[in-house]
Amino acid sequence: MAGAISVAGLIKRYGEKVVLGDVDLHVRRGSVCALLGPNGAGKTTAVRVLTTLTRPDAGRVEVAGIDVVRHPRAVRRRIGLIGQHPAVDDVLGARENLVLFARLHHLDRRAAGVRADELLEQVGLTGTGAQPVREFSGGMRRRLDIAAGLVLAPEVLFLDEPTTGLDPAGRRDVWDAVRALVAGGTTVLLTTQYLEEAEQLADDVCVLDGGRVVARGTPRELTAAIGGDRLELVVSDPGRAREAAEVARRAVSLRAVADQGGPGERVVVPVARSRGVVGAVVRALDEAGIAVDDVVLRPTTLDEAYLRITGRDDERAEVPA
Amino acid sequence: MTALEASLTEPGLVERVRWAVVDAVAVAGRDVAHWRRQPAAVLVGALFPVLLLLMFVYLLGGGMVVPGGGDYRDFLVPGMLALAMVFGVEATMTAVVTDTARGITDRFRSLPMAPSAVVAGRCLADMLSSVVGLVVLIAAALAIGWRPAGLGPALAAVGLLLLLRLAFLWMGIYLGLLTRDPGAVMAVQILVWPFAFLSNAFVAAASMPGWLSTIAEWNPVAGTVTAVRELFGSPVGAGGGWATEHAMLLAVLWPVVLTAVFAVLSVRRFQGLSR
Repeated sequence: MAGAISVAGLIKRYGEKVVLGDVDLHVRRGSVCALLGPNGAGKTTAVRVLTTLTRPDAGRVEVAGIDVVRHPRAVRRRIGLIGQHPAVDDVLGARENLVLFARLHHLDRRAAGVRADELLEQVGLTGTGAQPVREFSGGMRRRLDIAAGLVLAPEVLFLDEPTTGLDPAGRRDVWDAVRALVAGGTTVLLTTQYLEEAEQLADDVCVLDGGRVVARGTPRELTAAIGGDRLELVVSDPGRAREAAEVARRAVSLRAVADQGGPGERVVVPVARSRGVVGAVVRALDEAGIAVDDVVLRPTTLDEAYLRITGRDDERAEVPA
Repeated sequence: MTALEASLTEPGLVERVRWAVVDAVAVAGRDVAHWRRQPAAVLVGALFPVLLLLMFVYLLGGGMVVPGGGDYRDFLVPGMLALAMVFGVEATMTAVVTDTARGITDRFRSLPMAPSAVVAGRCLADMLSSVVGLVVLIAAALAIGWRPAGLGPALAAVGLLLLLRLAFLWMGIYLGLLTRDPGAVMAVQILVWPFAFLSNAFVAAASMPGWLSTIAEWNPVAGTVTAVRELFGSPVGAGGGWATEHAMLLAVLWPVVLTAVFAVLSVRRFQGLSR
């Protein structure tokens, strides 16, 4: 059985600029895949190709088992697209919007009305009546936008940065809506710049940078691949943080960094989880006469994994020891 | 044939044409719903040419002499009707730019609807609003004492006016697809004015100095203005060369050519969105 999304060798150029360079992607039916990447990584272009809005220059792209170039209309009947900005009519009310989109999915007048009411119920917008959408909050507008992408109960739903610009409540709204859909068996591909979002929603994460897939795996695999755990030390004398980082680095023979962020200075040491690693570092620091206020061993967050993978680690996040 | 293969088969021509029409009507229905919700905006749009008509007739009209005789009011009404059609280019362009900027055009394109309906729906809605605009302006003209010569020719005149609107509608669609910048609409709004004044709408082209008079005569609006004046039995204004003598031909030819050119450009531009 083919996956919900199957992409091999996808290339898209705009003039000289390679926006997508040889991207492979496979998304299982019923799973959630997050395309993670910074601005300009090619996430939106990838979604546009998958949703038939943009033609690829090369490669095989199948959605719901159908080739997007050869049968765009058949693909459109099976997908829902929720773009970066809510693409709903501002002047009309929520129900009017949904009836319009349902009509354009070729439901008859009666069925369109019934479906619109179901969708309003599903995203919790029943009772907004004739209120024009421009008076909605960001979260409400987003939910309506999502409902508009669900008219035909799509097999595959695409969400392009669905929570960008939303407040935490709006973000939670969207996450709940996505989880409910996934529970109903919909395959979801979402793009995001937020690791938290990928961690919260995705079964699989695919990290795009500069139009290329630079890493993929489950959120857990990705974090594990980046050097396992992290040992965080808070040294009593901030002036000796660099020295402490150096000592810790020698003790675990990995690179450590002094983080200038905290009130006292924090030292972050990536460590492979192995017996005695904490003791070794603390002993080494003790021998060097560096007092330590706090020691924490914690798993690498996807944030750290992401910064490391996209190579933005060195340039902005941390100061090498 | 499996169910999947069956679902990949595109419907036949008749079915496709039927859906193209149904979808276009649905897209146009969105504009009609806007009018119901924002009647004030519709009213302002329709009353603007009325205001211009009143200004020119009552504030400037006293100083206007129509070459060859006739009342300035009767001379101006057909010109104003034609200009109202030209001004429509802004409304069309604004609507297209706004929909593209808000992602609504892309949403439509991601739906299993007829792709042509995105543009055809806009076309239908704008033609409808132009009919409303014409009715309001004609009513205002009748109210200040203007009278067309006969019903048959008057309807033919309305037909020519709508044909002109169609040309500027496609120009608006093309310009709207060309830009992503709402500021460009402003530029078009400003450019429409010299274009409108450099015609025979407000004064007879023959009253302008040499080469300007020639440009005004050949202005795509000019043929329609003169032809509509003839059909309404309004003063045509004396003078004028070949273009004025063959106004009826130009009133058909200009809009048809413009429509053909901009429709082709628009369709190519629209298809180019998927590049």
